[in-house]
Amino acid sequence: MTPYLAVELDGAGRHPAAWRLPDARPGELFTAGYWTGLAQLADRAGLDFLAIPDSFAPPAEGQAGLVRGRLDAVAIAARVAPLTRTVGLVPTATVTHTEPFHLSKAIATLDFVSLGRAGWQPEVSGTQAEADLFGRKEWSDGPPPADTLWRELADAVEVVVRLWDSWEDDAVIRDQATGRYVDRNKLHYVDFAGEFFSVKGPSITPRSPQAHPPVVLRLDHVEDELEALPVVGRWAQVVRIAAPDLAAAADARARVRDAVAAAGRDPDEVAVLLDVETLLADTPDQAQATLAQLDGWHDGPGGTEHGTLRILGTPVALADLIEEAVGSGAADGVTLVPLALPSGMHTVAEGLVPLLVQRGLRPSAPTPATLRDRFGLARPANYFTEARA
Amino acid sequence: MTRSRKKQVHLAAHFPGVNNTTVWSDPNSGSQTDFASFVHFAHTAERGLFDFLFLAEGLRLREHRGQIHDLDVVGRPDTFTVLNALAAVTTHLGLGGTINTTFNEPVEIAKQFASLDHLSGGRAAWNLVTSSDAFTGENFRRGGFLRPEQRYERAAEILEVAKKFWDSWASDAVRADQAAGVFVPDEAISPVDHRSELFQVSGRFGTPRSPQGYPVFLQSGDSDPGREFGAATADAIFSRHGTLEAGQAFFADLKGRMPRYGRHPDDLKILPAATFVLGDTPADAEERAAHVRRQQVGPQTAIAFLEQVWGRDLSAYDPDGPLPDVDPDPENVSITRGRVRHERDTVALARQWRELAESRNLSIRELIIETSARQSFIGTAAQVAEQIDSYVQADASDGFILVPHLTPGGLDEFVERVIPELQDRGSFRTEYTGRTLRDHLFQGDTPATRDLATRDLHHPLHPRESGLSAH
Repeated sequence: MTPYLAVELDGAGRHPAAWRLPDARPGELFTAGYWTGLAQLADRAGLDFLAIPDSFAPPAEGQAGLVRGRLDAVAIAARVAPLTRTVGLVPTATVTHTEPFHLSKAIATLDFVSLGRAGWQPEVSGTQAEADLFGRKEWSDGPPPADTLWRELADAVEVVVRLWDSWEDDAVIRDQATGRYVDRNKLHYVDFAGEFFSVKGPSITPRSPQAHPPVVLRLDHVEDELEALPVVGRWAQVVRIAAPDLAAAADARARVRDAVAAAGRDPDEVAVLLDVETLLADTPDQAQATLAQLDGWHDGPGGTEHGTLRILGTPVALADLIEEAVGSGAADGVTLVPLALPSGMHTVAEGLVPLLVQRGLRPSAPTPATLRDRFGLARPANYFTEARA
Repeated sequence: MTRSRKKQVHLAAHFPGVNNTTVWSDPNSGSQTDFASFVHFAHTAERGLFDFLFLAEGLRLREHRGQIHDLDVVGRPDTFTVLNALAAVTTHLGLGGTINTTFNEPVEIAKQFASLDHLSGGRAAWNLVTSSDAFTGENFRRGGFLRPEQRYERAAEILEVAKKFWDSWASDAVRADQAAGVFVPDEAISPVDHRSELFQVSGRFGTPRSPQGYPVFLQSGDSDPGREFGAATADAIFSRHGTLEAGQAFFADLKGRMPRYGRHPDDLKILPAATFVLGDTPADAEERAAHVRRQQVGPQTAIAFLEQVWGRDLSAYDPDGPLPDVDPDPENVSITRGRVRHERDTVALARQWRELAESRNLSIRELIIETSARQSFIGTAAQVAEQIDSYVQADASDGFILVPHLTPGGLDEFVERVIPELQDRGSFRTEYTGRTLRDHLFQGDTPATRDLATRDLHHPLHPRESGLSAH
């Protein structure tokens, strides 16, 4: 099968010292031009989607040498959407302190402005620092446990998806004879009442091109996997896993598929993508030398994600890994996490992708498709019409 | 370029909204949701050198007699997301939208506006709208938590907290100094700590200061607290005062309140909402205007308008027949929910309407057309330009926020025909001379720039004084 290929774009790259490389553009990280350039590279290379991380976490203290500061990920995705044609756009959206109603219309609108290329990556915010920025009184005794956070995430996803269905596709009728713009029988109150919030609905935004932009969930924190798995099983269309090697990835993928089956869904409808940190060069020695330079600037090995596979070497080595990962059933594809940007996006677009095309592992030219199309997902039925039937 | 000494007209473009001003039944009416409609509208506004485009937002679908109101346009996309996407297809046009101060939290508003301002190169504007109703609150975590009299208290304080977040990064915090290994010096980010009855917010903000520092602040409240809030904080006010005299009175009142807040009257632009109809001749324009008014007030809409005043079901009445002879139900004030309501004596209003209908032999629909839908400017392009300019020169306003009745092409004719007339009169720019929305509104002499200058001198943690600058 064709491996899925996504790239995560975080600032100057995942290595904390990446912004100091000569070809980094650290002064442009908060400009539209930086993000547009990266997204257009991904678009021309035919990637399945770009993951854009986000968080309300405050900038680390005492770390003048780190990239600090970030822009809203949904905003970045919307900003690049009109200037790209095929790549999926998957911003992270924190659900712990935010409003499901706002998120629902924001992601639906990203779907409108990208003509069906939106996805989203809901995440929990478990730190007291984030709660303090919002001023959540109920957190005065400290953050709730992981199972509470994930239950709230599940509720938030459910509300967002119900709101997407709160307009039937043909609700706008523009009926001259009766003077009605909408058929209000095709608008639905969602009437969600849960442990954390209640939401009446309907959404203020009509149903979007994909109806349900895919839910991408990360399952890469060992400490809350137990709490996360049932939510992943119920709601994810794409799951991002991290593992130190392909054997561990295969185990993680099996756990995801079990969770999906346990939730009564078909595991083949959920794609499991393995995170791979990348630093590519013409030779392995060059890649090692660059990493040594980065670690030197950082006073030690760059604080990358614990237990994540890493390819330091040539595009060929990465292509081999991807082929093996998918061939062995360890993953359905990969999310590449460049240690350095924008160079890491160039090496993917100009080095890796042509190799994968040569091997018949990627299409030779990007084709316009919705993000659901890319993952073989049909346009979903509407919850409320199903309920009526 | 010759810079005219004449007072300049400022224009904003209101994307057609969810009320009966927007005519969806016209053959030229396009999608209210597709991004292509927003692109068309934004391109027209930018071609016309408008100061900014504006998106309204309401957070619950309107209801009438307990059901979703279905006669007007219903539904629209998310404000921030559309504005960020429009930043990609425009270069100078300001991008403004309504964001509710009751059902959003300061840290996310601060991050979202800072992001829009970064990603648009300094073109963001925020229309602060307050609400307190439990009806809208049913869509949000906190429900109807705010007492009505706390609306402006919360709005003012959310603005205060948002400003603390925006100010917490020095304007030159991002050094990105590769040689020295300093991306952002610690001293360039100050912690925020705000504790009051309404907010308990603390911590370090995650987004660098944006090109404009703050978004441009827009306001539309007309109550006394609303006017006071506007005089204290707004960069531009949307008013509803359409006549020359009422406009002048509002203009003088608002600008007269500003010195109390240490502000110069030029720091605030008054932009009444205005509709228009153009024609090749005055008679042609009047004919087109009458046609549009009939489109805006269809038979069912006429009855719905009447029901808002009468407070009862009038669906059995013939819109082409006479007004009801029963009196309004003064108790039933909540027949319509989810839109701005203005307290009024409905019995007296009904009496006034019946008298008008009888004296001029008007049907229900004709009466509603007469009382609700008259356009602000009707005439040839030269006439409309003359009217707009005369309002501005007479200090009835600083310009207008234009509300076309058609999506997406409702502004096209205005830009093609009226803008050149305004330019010929020396009252409107012939090119954008600045990059940011504040540049467009204030020609570079911006309140925020002055704030920043003051802050640079006095902020104790400003990096220029901290000695952490590289070299």
